[in-house]
Amino acid sequence: MPPVLELKTITKRFPGVLANDRIDLSLERGEIHALLGENGAGKTTLMNILYGLYQPDEGEIFINGRQVQIHSPTDAINAGIGMVHQHFMLIPVFTVTENVMLGSESLKMGGILDRRAATERIRQISSAYGLEVDPDDYVRDLPVGVQQRVEIIKLLYREADILILDEPTAVLTPQEADELFKIMHSLTERGKSIIFITHKLREVLDIADRITVIRRGKVVGSTTPKQANQSKLAAMMVGREVDLSVHKRAFTPGADVLTVQNLKVGDDRGQIAVDDVSFTVRAGEVLGIAGVQGNGQTELVEALTGLRPALDGSVRLLNEDVTRANPRRITELGTAHIPEDRQRDGLVLSFPVADNLVLNTYYQRPFSKGAVLQQATIAKVAEERVNSFDIRTPSVDTSAASLSGGNQQKVIVARELSRPVKLVVASQPTRGLDVGSIEYIHGRLIESRDNGGAVLLVSSELDEIMQLSDRIAVIYRGKIVDVLSAQDASKEKVGLLMAGVVRTATAKKASLGVKPKPKAKASSKTKTSAKKAAQKKKPSRAAKTTRRRKDS
Amino acid sequence: MSTLSPTMKSSAEYTGGGRRRVMGVVFLALAAAIWLLFARTTQGEMVTTFTLNPGGSQANFPNLEFITLPVLHAIAFVCALLGGYQLVRGFGTRTNAILGLVAALFIFAFLSWVASGTSLNLAGLLRATLIRAVPITLGALSGILCERAGVVNIAIEGMMLTGAMVAAIFGSLYGLWVGLLAGVLAGALLAVVHAIFSIKYKTDQIVSGTVINIFSIGMSSFISAKYLAANRQLNNPGIFPDIQIPGLAEIPFIGPILFSHNVFFFSMLLFLALLHFGLFFTRWGLRLRSVGEHPKAADTLGINVFKTRYMAVILGGMMAGFGGAYFTLGSVGRFDDVMTAGRGFIGLAAMIFGNWNPFGAFGAGLLFGFADMLAARLAILGVRVASEFLLMAPYIATMIVLAGVVGRGQAPAADGQPYEKEGH
Repeated sequence: MPPVLELKTITKRFPGVLANDRIDLSLERGEIHALLGENGAGKTTLMNILYGLYQPDEGEIFINGRQVQIHSPTDAINAGIGMVHQHFMLIPVFTVTENVMLGSESLKMGGILDRRAATERIRQISSAYGLEVDPDDYVRDLPVGVQQRVEIIKLLYREADILILDEPTAVLTPQEADELFKIMHSLTERGKSIIFITHKLREVLDIADRITVIRRGKVVGSTTPKQANQSKLAAMMVGREVDLSVHKRAFTPGADVLTVQNLKVGDDRGQIAVDDVSFTVRAGEVLGIAGVQGNGQTELVEALTGLRPALDGSVRLLNEDVTRANPRRITELGTAHIPEDRQRDGLVLSFPVADNLVLNTYYQRPFSKGAVLQQATIAKVAEERVNSFDIRTPSVDTSAASLSGGNQQKVIVARELSRPVKLVVASQPTRGLDVGSIEYIHGRLIESRDNGGAVLLVSSELDEIMQLSDRIAVIYRGKIVDVLSAQDASKEKVGLLMAGVVRTATAKKASLGVKPKPKAKASSKTKTSAKKAAQKKKPSRAAKTTRRRKDS
Repeated sequence: MSTLSPTMKSSAEYTGGGRRRVMGVVFLALAAAIWLLFARTTQGEMVTTFTLNPGGSQANFPNLEFITLPVLHAIAFVCALLGGYQLVRGFGTRTNAILGLVAALFIFAFLSWVASGTSLNLAGLLRATLIRAVPITLGALSGILCERAGVVNIAIEGMMLTGAMVAAIFGSLYGLWVGLLAGVLAGALLAVVHAIFSIKYKTDQIVSGTVINIFSIGMSSFISAKYLAANRQLNNPGIFPDIQIPGLAEIPFIGPILFSHNVFFFSMLLFLALLHFGLFFTRWGLRLRSVGEHPKAADTLGINVFKTRYMAVILGGMMAGFGGAYFTLGSVGRFDDVMTAGRGFIGLAAMIFGNWNPFGAFGAGLLFGFADMLAARLAILGVRVASEFLLMAPYIATMIVLAGVVGRGQAPAADGQPYEKEGH
């Protein structure tokens, strides 16, 4: 029997780039085939070709042994190919039914929508594959994980046999990702075949039947989870040995750099987001703040960097009270801030790289004399920083918008760490980045620590927290529920704390006055995750990965 | 009426506490205004007389007469009551309906005050309101067609003006129906220009629209001065006669107001119903809206974004051209310089006020048509309100809407954003 899908010598050139270079790929029936590669390796380009969004310059596509031409998404849909894009293609103000039927509407009397028939089919699909969703809900009211289910239903509604999932876990919490993997298995059990695009090694080993690694537009190898391990895959992806472990000097904390006491911060809707939080970060240590996204981390970081007013409590930086200081004062006292949303808060995307590299110091000598910017100096310093921080950009005059995510982040890191800093506040510093960039940025953060800086690392990636931190504070619904030292912290323990399930003796004291039952809709996600953790799903999974990490 | 449309229904669910209080204060303020502005200046024994037969109507319907002051007090009391309830408990999803009721009560109080000691032809006012609402609503429908597909069209004013002139010339030469058709095609032609600029060349849509507006004013004034002034026979198309709907037109009071109009009024009602049904209940509408909300998503599902947008903008231009023809063939009977007088812009305001929904826009069109009508009439009645203030009313109302007081407007998400296809 021929494979469900076969790609032969697919080549795609963009101006100045060979995005896909004679790529061969085959997909068997009922298989989950992972396509692994760094950002910009050409995975998404290849899938866009398969889905008819791009036209290949060379190459052939076979479906069930028959050659097909795919010129548009309509051709792809007709050939039984469906794609869940990395950024969801859903219309928030439409209902689930409307989103699913759009483009292949159920009709009556010529052109009139038959919503009832469509809803009925959606219900059938959702019960057949365990994709729980209410067809009458508006998409904008759904959590991200459910939106993804809607995307999958969209494909099944069009009777797709080949499902392409482009970085499906990038936006999901660990619990939602587990849910997705279950759904993927139930799909393959029913004869669907899945191409799973990712750059996360752990997921590939967990779920894939076969793995194909792409680097710089070329297939560099194929393997199976049994034959591979994380470091082997990472080496294939990056093209050199990658050190996944972090080397740091022995932990010798110094004086308190940042002291936060009883801090209270509100969110945009006026709710309390950070509730009576106290902690310190000392010189030469990394304090990791672990927590599921949306538990007050964003507001906490904004309050510490002067971007959001504190409602109560105090923040002291090197013996100066900065609770009400403006961002410039906090920066001048020696704080580096790597913000959560690098494109919105970290860069001026339309500015050239050079200007972005001096955004925090442009008004000081030597970059300014009086009111006049010293463009020559700025360009010279920018060149130096581009070299020393390995920023891949055609020139320092290129706008920041045209850089890859990893290089954009390096621009921010270069700007923030190129001057003597006492405190680094890094919020989700490696989100969405490739292995090479992650390795680099982790190295720089540890370098700051080893040189006697204090590092506050906020991340929802538990692996990252565990690797880098000397102490780990867990935040849950705006409160620090516990602070553990790196030795005491296991993944299970931190995971349960993140889900709000267990508290140690010290935490009980800290969390007096927690409202017992969540009322708001927003907390339902954390509620379910708590339930899941209680069912011991999380620990077993975590244990599995720790084993793998030891293997590597 | 618009509970059937999905966007409207869900926007009501997002009624926050702040808005609840603001609306309560608005209701109370209107009640206070009735007391302070109207009731205080009304003598106790004065009588309001409303004539309920429009001019020229044969039907004989008795006048509505009442002593002004108690009615004003009663209306103010009801408004205050509703405001109080809104402040304390809130009407929730019915807030907008209550707002409409309060506004209607306020207008009735205002008219009672105006007519106290004299008489006012209420039926005539209502009929005139409906007629004034026709071009505004047609302009709004044109805007809805374009913007629901993601193309901002501020050129409606210019399209209307050109449509009006072309309709007058062709109507004079070849008869009313040819004139109407020519007006519609003139609107379509300008829409093609706007579409090519904004869809193909991705020009800023505001710039493209402004250019068309300026071009239309200049071109129509030039042709009017150069040719129409010299050749009167080119600018004398006459107007469409009123159609009496058999049976219905004889109903007292309602009949002459609703069922005795020219072809423009009845077409507007038809377009209104068709567009509402088309947008929310057909494949055509689902695809059109998807292109205005998230063109890339539509593209990945095999919908041709460019074709859909061209279609929508050209239909919108035809609608504007039709609305323009109303001025010459449905109202005045000749073309005058800049005769649309901002009705296209008020149409856009009605579109926003009506939350990009046809029936909502019609409701706003009625409100603006009423202000428009009052501005013309009150001067004649010798009322001490400057007509300029009434003409400002639509714009002020729109600004209040845009500020989010009456409810969060929901523009299509990709409104005004050119679509760029990748990888080709």
